[in-house]
Parts: sequence; structure tokens; C-alpha cells
Amino acid sequence: MLGKTANGLFWMYRYMERAENTARLIETGQRIALTRLNQGDDEWASVLQSADCLDGFRSAHDEISRDLAVDWMLRSKDNLSSVVSSVNAARQNARLVRTAITGEVWEAVNSAYMALKTTLARKVSERDLPSVLRLIRHHAALVRGVTHGTMLRNDIYDFARLGTFLERADNTARILDVKYYVLLPSARAVGTSIDNVQWESILRSVSAKGGFRMEYGAGGGPREIAAFLILDRRMPRSLAFCAGKLCDNLEYLGSEDDAGEVSLAMVGALKDRLTTKSIDDIFEYGLHEFLQTTLEDLSGISRQIEQDFRFYA
Amino acid sequence: MSENSVFDEMWGRDAQVRAPYKNFCNWFDQEDPKRLRAKNREAEDLFRLTGITFNVYGRAEAEERLIPFDIIPRIISGAEWAKLSRGIEQRVRAINAFLHDIYHTQEIVKAGRIPRDMILQNEAFQPKMIGVDVPGGVYTHIVGIDLVCTGPGEFYVLEDNARTPSGVSYMLENRETMLQMFPELFSKNRVQPVQQYPIDLRRSLAACAPAMTGGDPTVAVLTPGIYNSAYFEHAFLADQMGVELVEGHDLRVIDGRVAMRTTRGYKPIDVLYRRVDDDFLDPLNFNPESQLGVPGIMDVYRAGRITIANAPGTGISDDKAIYSYMPEIVEFYTGERPLLQNVPTWRCSEPEALAYVLDNLEDLVVKEVHGSGGYGMLIGPTATKKDIATFRKKLKARPKNYIAQPTLSLSTVPIFSKTGLAPRHVDLRPYVLVSPDGIKITPGGLTRVALKKGSLVVNSSQGGGTKDTWVLEE
Repeated sequence: MLGKTANGLFWMYRYMERAENTARLIETGQRIALTRLNQGDDEWASVLQSADCLDGFRSAHDEISRDLAVDWMLRSKDNLSSVVSSVNAARQNARLVRTAITGEVWEAVNSAYMALKTTLARKVSERDLPSVLRLIRHHAALVRGVTHGTMLRNDIYDFARLGTFLERADNTARILDVKYYVLLPSARAVGTSIDNVQWESILRSVSAKGGFRMEYGAGGGPREIAAFLILDRRMPRSLAFCAGKLCDNLEYLGSEDDAGEVSLAMVGALKDRLTTKSIDDIFEYGLHEFLQTTLEDLSGISRQIEQDFRFYA
Repeated sequence: MSENSVFDEMWGRDAQVRAPYKNFCNWFDQEDPKRLRAKNREAEDLFRLTGITFNVYGRAEAEERLIPFDIIPRIISGAEWAKLSRGIEQRVRAINAFLHDIYHTQEIVKAGRIPRDMILQNEAFQPKMIGVDVPGGVYTHIVGIDLVCTGPGEFYVLEDNARTPSGVSYMLENRETMLQMFPELFSKNRVQPVQQYPIDLRRSLAACAPAMTGGDPTVAVLTPGIYNSAYFEHAFLADQMGVELVEGHDLRVIDGRVAMRTTRGYKPIDVLYRRVDDDFLDPLNFNPESQLGVPGIMDVYRAGRITIANAPGTGISDDKAIYSYMPEIVEFYTGERPLLQNVPTWRCSEPEALAYVLDNLEDLVVKEVHGSGGYGMLIGPTATKKDIATFRKKLKARPKNYIAQPTLSLSTVPIFSKTGLAPRHVDLRPYVLVSPDGIKITPGGLTRVALKKGSLVVNSSQGGGTKDTWVLEE
């Protein structure tokens, strides 16, 4: 496969994943704002931060409001991680790798682009927001489903998966990091309604609420939430799960020669940390420090994959 | 050429349906126009979803347009096609022989059949190709011959596209769309298939690989990139052939071969189907500013270690000034009378011809020798006085830059318009593959149609559309 094609696949799937994650973050923010247990607009600052676009937002706007924040994350062309920008970039990359993906995957990406281009041409009202967010999730699910159902399990698929799981791990780590103080054992206000809302918002932003309840019933506090999202290998958005997938796909890629050796070693180290440590170890090390290290590792791995597989000349 | 009445390919005198269209018209008459209109929209959605769009030159990425598709097929009888394809094959053989000759001993010039200057002074002549022996002796691997019909069995060649003819993806997708929308039509009519084109193309290209190639040759398509107006087609063809789609920055000359950067290192290429113009192919040998090509590819080519399709320098054979010599060219190399007619052409470089053209501008079509895409031309009969005056000045200033031809009465085929069937002018571009194994012509080709009533300009960049083209089994 061409290095350029591997690059295109990697980013196409990163951007699709990003569009979906951003939609989910907006959904969470909106929900918290509606429950009004919190200072609504403060919450948007932390949502923007989770989406890694607070700095950009601040350079464009003086103050934070719901409308501005939602619009920035959904539609802004200046925000390279907005849903519109992400879907555009995903499609642009899909065009670039048109010969590597199946016709059905291309059509799914193209129809996502066309549908959102129309829907997001104008500002989205509060009333329409839920259905718009659902539309984004549906299209992302369609692309994922068609990928599963029609793509050969070869190098092409491996690069698609690497993009997906790097982006996902990055997203989960960032959400946790923005809210890490809510999860610390020292955060004493256990049981207050504010904390319940905060915890729930973390679970919601990674679509883990159902899974968590299934596992812990009505119980479970910050410690369990942190363990679930960092260490649980059954939870498809946990750091351990993502690291496992990254490891698998790099192993497939290197099964015939030693391609990707260095990236694999880096992912292996990350995976080790996520499988051998307990949540108490992590708290002892410092949750924030742990998450920061993980985020740095992830971007290091991304750069190494680029190099190992000759994404650029 | 019939002067006054326009030849309609579906209807003859007194609205008699011509033979190839009989089955189709029976079906059409029983269809509900509402259903057809809905189908028409469905076709458009299908094209958009598949991404069969072209980028308009000089505009932003957002500007992706559809080429309008008309659901009424253009139908050609098997007998007529057989006759046409003999003519096309003859012409393409002659073009290849001509290219070999002018880049070697130039017998045709020595024989006095074409003036030396016409070749040597021509911008499309590529001195770097002199003496180069191209792999398999093939210059034009892919040719698109533009034909117009003026009466029953009367076809004229309007131009030969011997550089990088485009549009074949529309031929394929138009058929695909018709098959999906109106399967019943294909059980009622025995239409010769076109779907084999990508496989034929791959085989044909592989057969032209350099002699040194061992085993299955590695073929790749070279595109200028996703902003090129024909990017969809480049990706489509690479996909359908199952080969890599590369850009200049994916390629590099390593150990005397052109190689592409893969995830496992550089891999040599044997045959490069390039959709990049000569000028941009190699910054070391041609335009030094080019970012689209591969530095040094021409040296590899001259060493016989890669096939470039089409060969550089083929533009000399489809140049509009050379066009007027095509009848001589065909006779000179094949020893036969040309089977396809050339449109009579005045070369404005010749004083007598120029005088005639200046006196008859109102009746003539004047074209720039190096223009394409229907730009830079004057259609006398429909032009304003002002346009004619402007062109008169241009002609006097640079006569060598122009040729003139009589206005042909292009045939019409109905389109499905808002008010029902309405005749519109069409042309036809069949696609021809050339390899040492032989010449292969896909039955049919791309029919372009001027959607505006009375218009003769079929170019997609100027509001033209396309139709599925059927050649019936005999």
C-alpha cells in the first residue's frame, strides 16, 4: 500500500471518530445545562476544553455562551475539530483513498457529508439540536458498520483501525483529564447531587452510562468510574481497550516483516501500564499526571506510526 | 452534408421511428412520464452519492458539479458500429505510425506530404522524444476520437484526442445507472456491454510494459491530485483496474527505475498511466516549476525502464493544425483510403485560406489551434457582429493560430425535457485501446449532448450533458 494511502485511511477514520465524539460532548453539555444544577455556561468551558478547542474558541469569542459554544463545536470552519470540519476532512481523505476503501464505505462517508452539509448549513436551534446530534451519530455508525461489513481484513483495515482507536483513546483521556478532580477520592462531596451530575456527564460523554450501570448497578462512585474508563478491557472506549486494539492492529501489520516495530513497542508499553496497574496505583501516582503521560504517549505513537509506515516523503 | 434539415437519429421523415430505436420507443410510449421524471431525479442522487462529479477549474473545493445525465439512450445499430469501428481502427493505426515516423526518420516530411515547419515549429512537437523507442512501439495507448454525425451513416471526425482523453468513467457510470434504473430495457434490447473496459485497459497497459519486466507488470495511475477536475475519473479507473493511484510526491527515481513510496518502502512501477500533461511530467526535463511530476522520469523512460501511457509528445498528432492533414496521414501509412471523413479545414496560416475565412466568417467555425474544451472558438452563424469583429482582429494578428471549418449540421437525439422529448445536438467519443496485442474499441463510447435548444456546444464545462450510448447486437 502507498504510504500516502495509509496516511489517508488513518486520518479519515480519526476524523470520523472525532465528529462522533464531538457530537457526544455537545450532547453531554446540553444535558448538564438543562438540568440546571450547575452554572450552565461554566460547564460549556469544560466541554470546549474536553473537545480540545477552548483556546481556539477564546481567540474568536470574548465570552462563553451555550449558543456560541454549540455553534463552534458543530459548524465553525475556523475550528478544525468541529463536526463540519471533521466530516469535511474525513471525506477529503476518503476521496484520497478512494481506491482503498469499498464503494459502500465511500458512499457512507459521502452521504454523511451531504446530509450534514445541508443540515448544518444554518445555525441549529436548541429545539433541533437533539435530532441533529442523533443524525451525526447515525452517520458515524453507518460508516463504522459498512467498514466492518465490507472491508477486507488486511493492511487497509489495520490503518483504519489505528486511526479510530488513537482518536478514541485521546478523546477518552482528555474527557477524564478535564474532569479528573471530580474523580479524586479527596473530592469529599460524595453523594451530593452536583457530583452525581458530574459523574454521569463523564459517563455520558463516552457513551458508557449503560455499561457502567450494567456492571455496578446503582452503586459505584468516582473510583469505579475511573477504573471503568481507564482499565476495563470490555468497555470499547476505555484506554485499556483502545491500547489493546492498537496493539493488535500493529501486530497484524508487522506479522510478515518487522514493519512498525518501534510503534508496536511504544503501544506495548502503554498497554502494559493499563493492564498491570490498579486504579489505586494510578490514584497514588496522580490521576492528572497519569492522564497527561498517556496523552503524550498517544501523540508520540501517532508520530511514530507516521514514520514507521512512511506516511510522508 | 445536408444544409437545412437537421438529421435526427430517433425520428425520420413524418415522425417515423428509425429501426434501432423501435424497441426503445415502444417501451417509452407506455411509460408514465411522472415515473420517468422521478427516475431522472433518482439518477442524479445516485451520481451525487457515488461522487461522479467534476471540479470546476479555478474554483474552491466546494464547487463540485454533476454533469447532467439524460435518461434517453443514444442507439447505434450493430452494422453502423462495425463500419465506424473499422474507420476508427484505421485512423488510430495511422496516428501511431505517424508518431513513430516523426520521432524517427520523418519519411512523411521527406515525401513532402506535410511541411517540415508544421512539425518542427509546432508547440506540441516534443524534441526530447526524437529517437526514443517506446515500449511495444505504442504511442497512444488510449485514444478518444470525437465524431459527429450529419446524416444517415455520415460521420465526421471532429478531433482526435491522443494525449489523455477523459470521460470514460461517464461512459461506464451512465451504463451502470441505466442498468439499475431500467433493467427491463436491457432484456428487451440486446445492448453490447461496456463494463469490460477497466479490465481491458489494465490488460492493454500491461501488454505495453517494458521488455525488461518479469512477471505481472505493476501498473499505476498518476493523477495531479484531488483538486483536478477529473480526479473522480482517475480514482475510478485505478479502483476498477485494482491498481494504485499515485501523485508525483509518491514517486521517486531509485536505482534507475520509477518507484512508489509504500508502507514497506519503495516499489518499482512498470507502467504509468499518467493523467498529467507532458509539460508537468518531469521538472528536470520539462517545466521546472512542476510539482505534479517525477524528477528524472524521462531519463528512466528513455532507458526503456518504464512505460508512460500515453507517450510524451503525442499531442503533435491531435493538434488542430495537423488535423487538416489527417487524410494524407492515413493514406501515407496505411496505403488505404481513409474510411472516416475529416471536416474540410482551412489553415489560416495559408494566405488564400485566410482570405476565404475572413470573407466568410459568418458561416464558419473558427478554432484556436491549441485550444480545447470549446473555449476560444467562434461559431459564425450564432455569433454577434461584435464577436465576429473581435475574431477578425485576432485572425489578422495571428493567423497561424487558427483554423476554420464549415458549420456542420450536427445530428440530434431527443432528451427527456420538462415538456417531454426534445431534440438536441450530440457528438460521440468512442474509446480506443492500443497495445502490441491489437486495437480494442469499446462499443459505443460517450455521447455528449448540448442541453440548450439549438446549441452546438456539448462540452461539460459549458452546460453539456451526457447520455448512455448503446450499440445493438446484430
